[in-house]
Amino acid sequence: MSSEGVDLKKRRMLITATAGVGAVGVGFALVPFISYWQPSARAKALGAPEEADISKLEPGALLRVKWRGKVCWIVNRTEEMLKDLKENTSHLVDPDSEVPQQPEYCKNWHRSIKPKYWVAVGICTHLGCSPTYRPELAPADLGPDWKGGFFCPCHGSKFDLAGRVYKGVPAPTNLVVPPHKYLSDTVILIGEDQGGAA
Amino acid sequence: MSRLIEWIDERYPLTKVWKEHLAEYYAPKNFNFWYFFGSLAMLVLVNQIVTGVWLTMNYKPDADLAFASVEYIMRDVNWGWLIRYLHSTGASAFFIVIYLHMFRGLIYGSYRKPRELLWIIGVVIYLVMMATAFFGYLLPWGQMSYWGAQVIVNLFAAIPVIGEDLSIWIRGDYVISDTTLNRFFALHYLLPFILAALVFVHIVALHKVGSNNPDGIEIKKGPKGNRWSPDAPADGIPFHPYYTVKDIVGVAGFLIIFLAIVFFLPEMGGYFLERPNFEPANPLKTPEHIAPVWYFTPFYAMLRAVPSFGGTQVWGVLVMGASIVILFFLPWLDKSPVKSIRYKGPIFKVMIALFVIDFLVLGYLGMKPATPGRTLVAQIGTIYYFLFFLAMPIYSKIDKTKPVPERVTQ
Repeated sequence: MSSEGVDLKKRRMLITATAGVGAVGVGFALVPFISYWQPSARAKALGAPEEADISKLEPGALLRVKWRGKVCWIVNRTEEMLKDLKENTSHLVDPDSEVPQQPEYCKNWHRSIKPKYWVAVGICTHLGCSPTYRPELAPADLGPDWKGGFFCPCHGSKFDLAGRVYKGVPAPTNLVVPPHKYLSDTVILIGEDQGGAA
Repeated sequence: MSRLIEWIDERYPLTKVWKEHLAEYYAPKNFNFWYFFGSLAMLVLVNQIVTGVWLTMNYKPDADLAFASVEYIMRDVNWGWLIRYLHSTGASAFFIVIYLHMFRGLIYGSYRKPRELLWIIGVVIYLVMMATAFFGYLLPWGQMSYWGAQVIVNLFAAIPVIGEDLSIWIRGDYVISDTTLNRFFALHYLLPFILAALVFVHIVALHKVGSNNPDGIEIKKGPKGNRWSPDAPADGIPFHPYYTVKDIVGVAGFLIIFLAIVFFLPEMGGYFLERPNFEPANPLKTPEHIAPVWYFTPFYAMLRAVPSFGGTQVWGVLVMGASIVILFFLPWLDKSPVKSIRYKGPIFKVMIALFVIDFLVLGYLGMKPATPGRTLVAQIGTIYYFLFFLAMPIYSKIDKTKPVPERVTQ
């Protein structure tokens, strides 16, 4: 119980070493508790890639599929629609899709693998509502310049038929294009890249 | 930093609490191995609360979903198996630690004046713990969960006149059902927080009277003055850092054993997780042999040992109840002039040794199917259990004791 001859340097080293080892142990112990909150194997299985059959998708029509609980759209765009996408870009925030809201292979003017079919997550990039599909030209409520696109009923954001956001609306970025690939000419797999799993 | 502490101290007694309960709480310097189990019990309680809360994030308290949700946790949730095994092994570990903690109190006379209330609060904690464990055991909704709860709730039905209505009220149904599961879940979630509050009260009581020690000497009555303070007991050392460091060693040792079981023996050969509980509850079929989890079996053996007569089986229930209630009276049953077993005489030592054997034998018998021979042994065991307590005023008084030294020994 005597305080003489106490090697304070050694004591400090021992305390630091013990605390350090203890902290590593606590760190390891936290891993299971944090990881526990991640999607379970069941949630992951339910979030597996989703197949969509587009053989019956008429030109100009939209198909809804659920992937990971979210709505996904597949649009069969007509020649006129595509022509407009290519030429009419002055009212868009990010016409060249610089913001990575799509896989690399969809960073093009039509934001898709094949120009005709466009796949997107149907959730507004503003606050998560699902925009409505408005393919008609110049309807009364959207004004004479409307060339067809998506209109979000929650806060009025507008997107064109490649999901590119209009200037002056609340949504900041283009709609998300999920990873997807063609299994055949008429079947698209949403959730998996052309290279492999997303 | 010091200015922040000052700011807090003016509004909240942070430094005061730190000093009174840790840095300047003087505990006897002769604590041994047996003094690990108080802090370990707190560690296990924290483990039970944290893993329990995590389990509820995926558990469904619904008779149709409960069993499957536990399997879901085991198979599909990240680390779910570990969290559940920490919880199920923790339940057994809690009782092991608490039994050793109580045994420590028993051999060193930690229940004697002035620590009677401290002991009583401890027995209340033990009771709440048993209730918590019982409610929790129904939740996996396996065969043993179901039939175990069935038997225990029916104990209340044995009470004359009101029994039947009481058991229906507890179940909220005529059998153990979805309703029962739901309320047991609610109570299983509630009680640990009451336990935590009771542990707080237990420690407040402990720090009022001061810790006992293996010599059973009151260090507060001994000479004053040690290295840290002229008024502190000479045989006391500050809890922090001396006993915090000691307890950390205990924690490390405990975790090695505990986690080895969690990882390699989580079922403990059917003692920690009973085999029939891997089958979903089936109200139409009782398992061939049902027994409570090991920590209840000594009391269960006493329950079974008592035959019914006068047309009622209430006697067994009363004996089982009395076996717990008698613990409350322990502080007044011990009439020995000394506290610690170190200075008690041979009679007391023999009585305690027999009591330990008796408790273990009863625990063993409670797990086994009853046969006439085993029932006879359980009856003898039950009689000895009560004899140990009820005869204590006599044998503790007549026993030869050794002189107690002035100061604690090393």
